[in-house]
Amino acid sequence: MPKHTIADILRGLEAKTFSSEEITQQYLDAIAKHDSKFNSFITVTGEQALSQARAADTARQKGAAGALCGVPIAHKDIFCTEGVRTSCASKMLDNFIAPYNATVVDRLASAGVVTLGKTNLDEFAMGSSNETSFYGPVRNPWNTDCVPGGSSGGSAAAIAAGMAPAATGTDTGGSIRQPAALCGLTGLKPTYGRVSRYGMIAFASSLDQGGPMAKTAEDNALLLQAMAGFDHRDSTSMNVAVPDYVAGLSKDLSGLKIGVPKEYFSDGLAPDIAAAIEASLDVYRKMGAEIKTISLPHTHLAVPCYYIIAPAEASTNLSRFDGVRYGYRCENPKDLDDLYTRTRAEGFGAEVKRRILIGTYALSSGFYDAYYRKAQQIRRLIKQDFDEAFKSVDIIAGPTTPNPAFALGEKVSDPVTMYLEDIYTIAVNLAGLPAISLPAGFTQGKPIGLQLIGRDFDETTLLAAAHQYQQRSDWHQQAAPGSV
Amino acid sequence: MSLDQNDIAKLARLARINIAETETAELSERIGDILNMVDAMQAVDTANVVAMANPHDAIQRLRADEVTESNHREKFQQIAPQTADGLYLVPQVIE
Repeated sequence: MPKHTIADILRGLEAKTFSSEEITQQYLDAIAKHDSKFNSFITVTGEQALSQARAADTARQKGAAGALCGVPIAHKDIFCTEGVRTSCASKMLDNFIAPYNATVVDRLASAGVVTLGKTNLDEFAMGSSNETSFYGPVRNPWNTDCVPGGSSGGSAAAIAAGMAPAATGTDTGGSIRQPAALCGLTGLKPTYGRVSRYGMIAFASSLDQGGPMAKTAEDNALLLQAMAGFDHRDSTSMNVAVPDYVAGLSKDLSGLKIGVPKEYFSDGLAPDIAAAIEASLDVYRKMGAEIKTISLPHTHLAVPCYYIIAPAEASTNLSRFDGVRYGYRCENPKDLDDLYTRTRAEGFGAEVKRRILIGTYALSSGFYDAYYRKAQQIRRLIKQDFDEAFKSVDIIAGPTTPNPAFALGEKVSDPVTMYLEDIYTIAVNLAGLPAISLPAGFTQGKPIGLQLIGRDFDETTLLAAAHQYQQRSDWHQQAAPGSV
Repeated sequence: MSLDQNDIAKLARLARINIAETETAELSERIGDILNMVDAMQAVDTANVVAMANPHDAIQRLRADEVTESNHREKFQQIAPQTADGLYLVPQVIE
């Protein structure tokens, strides 16, 4: 039963094959029975979920069902949920009961979703392997010796293991797309400003964007429909009309021009992944798309640029965690300075501290121009590469990651090697563009992700291109060996 | 590019994070690796490139200067480590 998609669940609820309470209970049972193998949930909200499910069943009986009425999903534990612990996988927020809901949580609740719980992530979303969580690493259901990717690794593993049909994620440098790729899922990073960041704990404010993770592009469209839209509470929210994403899935794509960046097929790319991406391009050719080689000449600068901008913004954002108003406070501070410095030393993990220190360095007197300003200039060059490419193509296609899921512990001691795993995803955040990762094959029994990048606010074409590929392939229907 | 013990101590001070002396060697090596990686940027001439802070080059949206939110002090202070009389308590600063 838990192999359902959201679309399946909506059909089942509509046909009264099962109630929301029944299907919610099944997912809760699956979590209780199996999550000890994966560690994908930090908090399970069973009682609340069942009460939401009963309310959804009543609403549906009364003919007052929202678009996602009664569909159980999970939230990445970076979205504030009123009355429920919102930890961001950090000791700093282990005791933090959010006093309000993130806009994404409110909007999905208005559409009728049931919340199963809060999923694990890299601490403050800083990581590509879900190994930096205060609550321990998450394991990949395709191979439990491997990481699920990160930072939305708990969301990805929960879906791939059949413990939730879908979940929310956030993506600052690839944190939705990379775990989606490594766990055989479909995940969308919307255009910067498309989904409200209000109540989404900030990592790097000019890059962070919330989005959906699920098995199919259709489910991504259903979720994005509920999540997207202007929010006056987020000062960077963009007031751009939200189209009908579900209707857009069947958009006519004949003559679609797909650009393939030559820089994405260089030395670091695993041969099996290159072959799978080539094969998926053939599928698009058969659909009538025109494939053309393009160049994004500043690709090699995306990771260096990101590792100044993201830590700089993080060092600023994370200055709020000082032990005064909420969250962790050290024992017996002897003075105010001791309170600050010891709270932060004890409350943050190693990767978070490292990034705060790098960000502090990049913003400090004497280094600002050489690092932060330089990175912002490079950021514009990267954005201009995409602007130039989109003059002649409609979408850009390539691998989501250079390698499949790697072993737990393999890269954790070498941050730079880990950072380079995000080489294809990071430039998209710097440019603010929407991008989707979808399953496109396997290597050594591990999933491969195809990344499609779109023009600003054109999620519709990405969802349509992913959906129509999924009508012609069954990679997204494969079940992980570790799934329920 | 590498950072010595004094550099790390200065950053730790600016960031208000207590870093033990036993941690500095590893930290300076790791941060040095990252700074070496980001140094690839220095090879690019960016003299005439305008810095980009927001991917849409959006400017800060302003609202009318009106009260739109109600007071939630009691609710917010329920999760504070220490409060009294509606105030957040910290160790004494002034004798």
